[in-house]
Amino acid sequence: MANGVLKFLTSAVFSVTAMVSAAQAGESIVLASTTSTEQSGLFNFILPIFEKSSGIAVKVVALGTGQALDVGKRGDADVLLVHDRAAEDKFVAEGYGVERKDVMYNDFVLVGPAADAAGVKGAKDTADAFGRIAKKGSNWVSRGDRSGTHAAELRFWGSAGVDVKGQGWYKEAGAGMGPTLNMAAGMGAYTLADRGTWASFKNRQDLTIVYAGDPKLYNPYGVMLVNPARHPHVKKAAGEKFIAWITSPDGRRAISAYKIGNEQLFYPLSR
Amino acid sequence: MNGLSLAFSEAFSLLAGFDHRVAEIVLLSLQVSGLAVLFGTLIGLPLGACLGVGRFPGRQVLVVLLNGCMGLPSVVVGVVVYLILSRSGPLGEFGLLYSATAMVIAQTFLVVPLMAAIARQVVEDAWRDYEEELTAMRFRWFDSVRVLLHDCRHSLMVAVLAGLGRAMSEVGAVMIVGGNIDRSTRVMTTAIALETSKGDLPLAIALGTVLLGVILLLNAVAYVLRQWATRRYA
Amino acid sequence: MFPLRVSDLRWHAAGRAVLDGLSLELGGEGITILLGPNGAGKSVFLRTLCGLLEPDAGHIDWGGAARPEFGVAMVFQQPKMLRDSLLGNVELALRPLKVPAAERQARARAVLERVGLLHRARDSARSLSGGERQRLALARAWVTRPRLLLLDEPTASLDPSSVEAIERIVREIRTEGTRILMTTHNLGQATRLADDVVFIDAGRVCEHAPVQRFFARPASPAARLYIQGELPWRMAF
Repeated sequence: MANGVLKFLTSAVFSVTAMVSAAQAGESIVLASTTSTEQSGLFNFILPIFEKSSGIAVKVVALGTGQALDVGKRGDADVLLVHDRAAEDKFVAEGYGVERKDVMYNDFVLVGPAADAAGVKGAKDTADAFGRIAKKGSNWVSRGDRSGTHAAELRFWGSAGVDVKGQGWYKEAGAGMGPTLNMAAGMGAYTLADRGTWASFKNRQDLTIVYAGDPKLYNPYGVMLVNPARHPHVKKAAGEKFIAWITSPDGRRAISAYKIGNEQLFYPLSR
Repeated sequence: MNGLSLAFSEAFSLLAGFDHRVAEIVLLSLQVSGLAVLFGTLIGLPLGACLGVGRFPGRQVLVVLLNGCMGLPSVVVGVVVYLILSRSGPLGEFGLLYSATAMVIAQTFLVVPLMAAIARQVVEDAWRDYEEELTAMRFRWFDSVRVLLHDCRHSLMVAVLAGLGRAMSEVGAVMIVGGNIDRSTRVMTTAIALETSKGDLPLAIALGTVLLGVILLLNAVAYVLRQWATRRYA
Repeated sequence: MFPLRVSDLRWHAAGRAVLDGLSLELGGEGITILLGPNGAGKSVFLRTLCGLLEPDAGHIDWGGAARPEFGVAMVFQQPKMLRDSLLGNVELALRPLKVPAAERQARARAVLERVGLLHRARDSARSLSGGERQRLALARAWVTRPRLLLLDEPTASLDPSSVEAIERIVREIRTEGTRILMTTHNLGQATRLADDVVFIDAGRVCEHAPVQRFFARPASPAARLYIQGELPWRMAF
């Protein structure tokens, strides 16, 4: 019997080694990115194109922008693709990242119950829309997770002159975009979403876009390599290859080509 | 209600279609959790058995600690293992974060206390039965542990199944240390969490049904094995 | 190991003196039967000899030497068997003695044959009847070739033919030179097996005498009452 156990053990350990090495057979990089890009399905569409041309596998870890930057700071990712310009610039300035590059943009949309009790649909600009929700005291679900969307939302409240701290109608989900939308749908609340996640989100119930289109709702994504000087194990060559590709004409074409229904979700930024 | 019935009908069509991707995810789940339980068996069961037989100062504190750790939130285990395996952590040089190995390590930490606590109870009960016989035969306590582990092997299957259930169903630890990377570290629970956050509740429930089916199947196999063994050595 | 001198053994449980100054001397041969009412301290005495209980006071002298690690075996009133075959259970007793695995099996088979259970060597020990289980327990003790064998009511609640089988085995063990100390409430069994009888009451030895003299002329009043209480209905058949 001891013999059988031994045989089983060896084969089990062998199989996990095989499993791990299979995953690492080709070259691969870890890309820390946002839930919005992952959940919109963009990566599932464009990464196979890159992998095919370069032979480099991209492993996406989807987090909030804040978390993704933390992961980069700790050296646990090779490349970051996030959307919070102020935090990105700080990240590079502090020496954690190398040269931020524009990749693409989409826009934020204000979603809420179709009945639109706060009358956001008639707002003249973004600040006005946020102001109407605060004035009416309609339920609002915030990401509350230091993500790029969360940072943008807080900027909009600021521009509307609203202090959301301690407001009964203001709920912090502390969750990714999807769970936040699930909550908003369940409560019939308003929330701010990126267009990509919204477009691929299925459990909408009564939610609809109540306000969109203001240039202020512009949501740019940037890409950067984690600083190899700080973290020597960072896969510099492969990471740079990915950054070069996603900002190249080929990469831009791939981004433009991703559609849900007939709707294009991300727009490449040409340099 | 309509949503729920829709979800289940989708679950069955998914099962009937035997999606290749789903099969990959199921396989990885089984490999990761299976290995974690294997290590849990090698570490947790002897550890629990030693606590069940041994009489030393501090033993009761250890028992209480162990029983408490059964309820350790998987997220906490995930964060701790993350900090250990992170490039900036003590074991960072091995670059294990966001790999299947990291998930096995985290789940091992998760199941060891659970399996040890169950083993402690089982072996302690058996020890009460055999203590005089084994002591009269001049077994040293460590050899008694070995005898009892072997003698309780059928009851200890419960500990193994509990460990497997916990490992297969936890999401917190594998999400943090594995990163839920497509085709690399995505297991059943993290896939379910992802589909839920995408608002694709039918697919989430479909995957949940598959997970439940896998766990039920494993339990059924264990039950049959145990029945057979009990008939043999009742 | 012999002569075994037990002097002034004391042991308490729950405020009651179970052994209350028990003294006894045993020579190196024969079968000694311990008699005495329930609660007299017979089982506790066997457990102190076996090393399972540490007496509160008193001394056991093992023929002038220290207590030997091996050489004393015990069969309990309700022996516990592992969830294993008969063979596995007998071999178990040889493991602390560091007997090589190959020899273990040969010795276990030999002793199983002598208790008439060899044909069931591969069966589960938990499938045995009460009498078979006691025979297996005797085999498990016997296989270690003990100098001193302690038997705690080995035939309690067994049918007559099982009792006879056990008695035959006990005699056989004795002829191989093992010293046997055994408790029983079966006075017929005592007369059949014993060389000498030790009568214990209230935690001390009341009387230690050769078997015929003990039953013919018990010296202590307690022993006389005990025999009278037990004998009349047995003698009626």
